[in-house]
Amino acid sequence: MQREPRNEAASVTGVAPAAATATAAAPPRNSPPLPPGITTTGVVTLDDPLISCRGVDVFYGEKQAIKNVSIDIARKQVLAMIGPSGCGKSTFLRCLNRMNDTIPGARVSGLIQIDGNDIHDKRRDVVQLRARVGMVFQKPNPFPKSIFENVAYGPRIHGLAGDRAELDEIVSTSLRRAGLWDEVKDRLNQPGTSLSGGQQQRLCIARTIAVNPEVILMDEPCSALDPIATARIEDLMDELRESYAIVIVTHSMQQAARVSQRTAYFHLGDLIEVGSTDKIFTNPSHKLTEDYITGRFG
Amino acid sequence: MNSTSDEKAPRQPRSAAETQALVERSIGRRNRAEWRFRAYGMLAVTSGILFVIFLFGTIFSQGASVFRQSYVQLTVFLDPEVIDPAGTRLPDDLITADYQALVRESLKERFPEVEGRKNLRELYGIVSSAASMELQQAVIADPALLGQKRQFVVLADDVVDSLLKGRTMRDAPEEERRLSDQQIGWIDALQADGSLALRFNSSFFSNGDSRDPEQAGIRGAITGSLLTLLITLLLSFPMGVAAAVYLEEFAPRNRLTDIIEVNINNLAAVPSIVFGLLGLAVFIGFFGMPRSAPLVGGLVLTLLTLPTIIIASRAALKAVPPSIREAALGMGASPVQVVAHHVLPLAMPGMLTGTIIGMARALGESAPLLMIGMVAFIVDVPQGVFDSATALPVQVFLWSDLPERGFVERTSGAIIVLLLFLLVMNATAVILRNKFEKRW
Repeated sequence: MQREPRNEAASVTGVAPAAATATAAAPPRNSPPLPPGITTTGVVTLDDPLISCRGVDVFYGEKQAIKNVSIDIARKQVLAMIGPSGCGKSTFLRCLNRMNDTIPGARVSGLIQIDGNDIHDKRRDVVQLRARVGMVFQKPNPFPKSIFENVAYGPRIHGLAGDRAELDEIVSTSLRRAGLWDEVKDRLNQPGTSLSGGQQQRLCIARTIAVNPEVILMDEPCSALDPIATARIEDLMDELRESYAIVIVTHSMQQAARVSQRTAYFHLGDLIEVGSTDKIFTNPSHKLTEDYITGRFG
Repeated sequence: MNSTSDEKAPRQPRSAAETQALVERSIGRRNRAEWRFRAYGMLAVTSGILFVIFLFGTIFSQGASVFRQSYVQLTVFLDPEVIDPAGTRLPDDLITADYQALVRESLKERFPEVEGRKNLRELYGIVSSAASMELQQAVIADPALLGQKRQFVVLADDVVDSLLKGRTMRDAPEEERRLSDQQIGWIDALQADGSLALRFNSSFFSNGDSRDPEQAGIRGAITGSLLTLLITLLLSFPMGVAAAVYLEEFAPRNRLTDIIEVNINNLAAVPSIVFGLLGLAVFIGFFGMPRSAPLVGGLVLTLLTLPTIIIASRAALKAVPPSIREAALGMGASPVQVVAHHVLPLAMPGMLTGTIIGMARALGESAPLLMIGMVAFIVDVPQGVFDSATALPVQVFLWSDLPERGFVERTSGAIIVLLLFLLVMNATAVILRNKFEKRW
């Protein structure tokens, strides 16, 4: 049952559509050429992208979790990644800041560039990459330290603040941008774990933007939150989009439609379709995408 | 059992009433099983509590008397003619003087009617031989005392102590007692004027071991135990934590680390005497470290407690939620920063608890210390980790062999002190755990 739609996918699309979109117009600027065998439908490559992925494979031991994924991610835009459980969207997200390195037995191959720099380059430190690509997790995970210390942690370890005043400044700015300042300004010394779930998640966002990253990865950031807290985070993402590229994994198609400008649909490790969110949700090109967003499975 | 005989035909679906009847039939059986199970549990707990009460009851009933001891108040003339006939006042001369003679003189003065060598010897036997030491120390501390008449409170002999504590029967025939009738008479006279009485037994806590029960104390054993534990703590805590952190956070999962893990678990179950033999062969035999020294004892107990600490520390590290590690890694912390800033502080209460429990076990160990010679008869209180020493449980073992009543109560007294130490350590572990668990 599980495999059937995929076979269908191969027969419907094949190699042609992706190649067609990639080569139809003038080749995009600063975007590496696509490797062969790409089956993705839609607009894969962009002009002057922030992140370019080419032919990314991820294996967990023998099992292949991500198959030959190529995609460009734009600056100052929200990319939503949707798809049924186990389709590899979280795995792919974790490739972007090399969090898969921490999983024993995980292997990542293929090219991932940020601003033209290969993130797997041996001369570059993963610490630097993660300062550049921040991450917000599914379950709010503030450190069991004070609210202040939570936000100050990143600037501290990366040496971003010269003195205490500058650190205070970074902490208050980050909390303001995360929309949490008014709620916590009088209790910065209380533990971060004493906040409500939604506040904790905004604290995690504040912690992430305190190191001034270029990209924020969000792995189902609202799945543990109630609708009101979710709405706040979504509003926040809209504001943050003015400064950062955001990649969000979500199970909620409504959320993807609300917050993102571009949507990628994953299925069983394949990137099936990428395109503007409007296009994906109103007029998907691929049958699998259509089945998923119309709720036929997933 | 219920679906036995008659039905060959396909079963009819049961009516609700039938189902209810079946359920009802099984309820009685289930309730009885519940009741039985609880009864077993309560029986086990009750018998356990009874054994503990019996154990503590015997130890305390035998050992409580050790905290009071018979002391005699003597008026001693510190005769310069006896102590320092040459008048040099040099410490060397003061030490070698015959203080015993002064004690005897004082007793003779108290009972002037006693005459004859045999009777006098009986009289002198009332006071412990420790009395002369007491005089000696007082004189050396302050030579100006010479020529004065001073009151001294000195230990009575252990047979006197035994009488005062009611263990020697007054109405037994004289030849079956260790005290003669006239000695009992003197003792009664001294008690009547208040110069012989049971007081708090400070010498039990200030003296080392002795052949005389009334002089024997646990200071040497406690000091030996503390020095040994200090070495154990200094070595096993950092090594155990470092090993646990490496194995849990950094080591690759492969065959080698699997073997190491299995072996650590096995080492935790190795009988302690084997570690003692190992210590004897390696530390004393090969490295030539001193016998009976707390240093070697500490090393051996380190081997013994390391597996416990490593296992407890790894469990504490495992209990730190992975989300904290992910959060720190996602912020760009290096693996060592993740451990140092986040994982270790959260795991530390668990590690400390494991360490204290390991230390408590080490404090109670005697077998490995026997192997490395910490079982010797040592009078002096050890001054450092290289001195010969014994430990509290070994002291218990040594005293339990001796027949005198004074040593029987000292055995129990030492056990009480040992139990108090263990209680304090375990309570600390519980308090630490509760205090730090509250933080999240």
